[in-house]
Amino acid sequence: MKSSTRLLGVLGIVVVAMLCAAGCGEKPAEPVMVPGVEPPTGPPYVIGAMFAITGDASSLGMPERDTAEMLEKMINEAGGINGRPLEIVIEDTKGEPAETLKAAKRLVEGSDVLAIVGPSRTGTTMAVIEYMEKVEVPLVSCAAGVPIVEPVKKWIFKTPQTDRMAIEKIIEYLKEKKITRIASLSDNTGFGKSGRREIAALMPAAGLKVVTLEEYGPKDTTMEIQLTKIKGTKAQAVVCWGTPPGPAIVAKNMRQLGVSIPLICSHGVANETFLKIAGEAANGAVLPAGRLIVVDQISPDDPQLSLLEDYAERYRAHTGKSPDTFGGHAWDAVELVVKALEEVGEDRAQIRDMIEKTTGFVGTGGVFNYSAEDHNGLTKDAFVMVEIVDGKWKLAK
Amino acid sequence: MPACGGRTLYAMTLPTGAQLLQYLISGLTLGSVYGMIALGFTLIHNATGIVNFAQGEFVAFGALIALSCSEAGLPMPLAVLTAMAAMTLLGAALERAAIRPARGASVITLIIITIGASILLRGIAMWQWGPDALPMRHFSSEDPIHLGPASILRQHLWIMGIVVATMLGLWLLAERTQVGKAMRACAVDREAAQLVGIPAARMVMLSFALSGMLGGLAGSIVAPLSMGQYNMGIMLGLKGFCAAILGGIGNAPGAVLGGLLLGILESLGAGLCSGMKDAVAFGIMLMVLLVRPTGLLGRRAGRGEAVG
Repeated sequence: MKSSTRLLGVLGIVVVAMLCAAGCGEKPAEPVMVPGVEPPTGPPYVIGAMFAITGDASSLGMPERDTAEMLEKMINEAGGINGRPLEIVIEDTKGEPAETLKAAKRLVEGSDVLAIVGPSRTGTTMAVIEYMEKVEVPLVSCAAGVPIVEPVKKWIFKTPQTDRMAIEKIIEYLKEKKITRIASLSDNTGFGKSGRREIAALMPAAGLKVVTLEEYGPKDTTMEIQLTKIKGTKAQAVVCWGTPPGPAIVAKNMRQLGVSIPLICSHGVANETFLKIAGEAANGAVLPAGRLIVVDQISPDDPQLSLLEDYAERYRAHTGKSPDTFGGHAWDAVELVVKALEEVGEDRAQIRDMIEKTTGFVGTGGVFNYSAEDHNGLTKDAFVMVEIVDGKWKLAK
Repeated sequence: MPACGGRTLYAMTLPTGAQLLQYLISGLTLGSVYGMIALGFTLIHNATGIVNFAQGEFVAFGALIALSCSEAGLPMPLAVLTAMAAMTLLGAALERAAIRPARGASVITLIIITIGASILLRGIAMWQWGPDALPMRHFSSEDPIHLGPASILRQHLWIMGIVVATMLGLWLLAERTQVGKAMRACAVDREAAQLVGIPAARMVMLSFALSGMLGGLAGSIVAPLSMGQYNMGIMLGLKGFCAAILGGIGNAPGAVLGGLLLGILESLGAGLCSGMKDAVAFGIMLMVLLVRPTGLLGRRAGRGEAVG
């Protein structure tokens, strides 16, 4: 008894210490008003946000949270929405389905939100769809999976591009490069499996031959075996579907085994982490990505250019970090809800209708055209093909 | 393309001789790492009768500490030694802070304490190093050595060499030193060992310290290949545990044998059908255990063999 209390005591101290350390990092937001702008008054418009802020998808959830906080501050400093302040209540889903459902209930039943932005992952989004449909609160997910919007659900929208669009973009690229035989190498997570399914369905339909479909575990230490097999086929390119570190190990193993065909990755590696851990081995790899990572290279008449530059600059100023795609998904989702709020005010059903009617909305992920049949609003042209040259993103020719 | 199960098509191909050689190289490397992790499980199991589920986190911490030291500019041997030393201390500290206060508790209680410790350690690792994977330099050049049609990395050779040297070291410790003999005595019969004046409690602490050191070493040698990530210990710990069971829990040569076998099975399984590689490896492992429930070299269920 005594010993277990002592152990509990030690644990308690550690937990308290962690909480203190976490708490010290937070600065209270001091609104600095834009000169000449009336501060917003009256009861706030309350919207909810839930992201995987902790847990193993926190690299998605953290930039999403930072972006939502940044937008809330920005909008209120610019006078709020129709003169009223905006309040974003943020919940942590820990990247887990059960936690996400709890977070959604807290937001709807506790905070009485007008709409919810997030969650970060496909699995956690699927977990709350039934609930959101039942309580009739609009949800704009920041997750990529096709099943979120296919079939269309009345109250559910999403902002990120899907893996299907990424694969359509890759097919376009392969045809340009006259590559006809590819080997697929995907990780066995939900993301990898979905990519593998789309590759197996879309590529043969487009006249490309998939010579082999290999898999690896996201925590595997080596992919030498799968690549040795691929080396023994007639594949002209490897299409690798996974999130780091897997594809970085694939890139390194390809060098090691002398597999000299091109490596094509998914949009899941479009982050600094991949460049850092794959190092030199990443050079020459090609991937579909949103325009954010090549904002300095896109055409000057691109409709997204000024928005992307603006987002990148604000995000750097707010967090001191490089902007990334995931934060961009949250920007698009919050903006979508805010634009609807500006038009129709406090009415969930009308907000939903307004989001569905949104067309020509320029976001970080592309130019969105929502409709009753399309709750994602993007096409494959939301992606550009990017090549890694000397450890930097370069628009592929 | 012949199929080997699953709703989507899985390619199944029989390997050529050259491919088989590559599979063996990869399998032996992986297996050596699994074997070293399994040795950590074995040491603690022999001293206490429990399974230390924080062993995987020892590996993850070893990897993360070694790569941080190497990043900070420490020469590689020093980085690895620092990781080993830090993990030795952490192992001992875990025993002192969490296991010793609960002495006398049932084995299951102690095992649950190690699970708790593993969650705590994982949390600390994520807090300290962040959620993303981190790269580590290889011990020597990254250019592969070509062996006919197959290729081998210098890091593979380092891993195999270090595992052999570690086994030798542990064997010498167990057979030739007073401390090793005392540890073996405790493993065989703790009360009798205490009666002849062996400080059994200190031997338990020593086993945790040694396991920590082995975990730290395993993490440092595998990180250049796998990268270091806060949660890498979950899978590696599980594989190491399976290797220990396969070899016969509590048996040190068995642990290494089990590790090598698991690595090769996994590698051949991936060569046959990469979507089913873990199923192939664990399927064969289950079959072995059905035929020999005590594992390959295990004599009795539970305790028995020596420490090294």
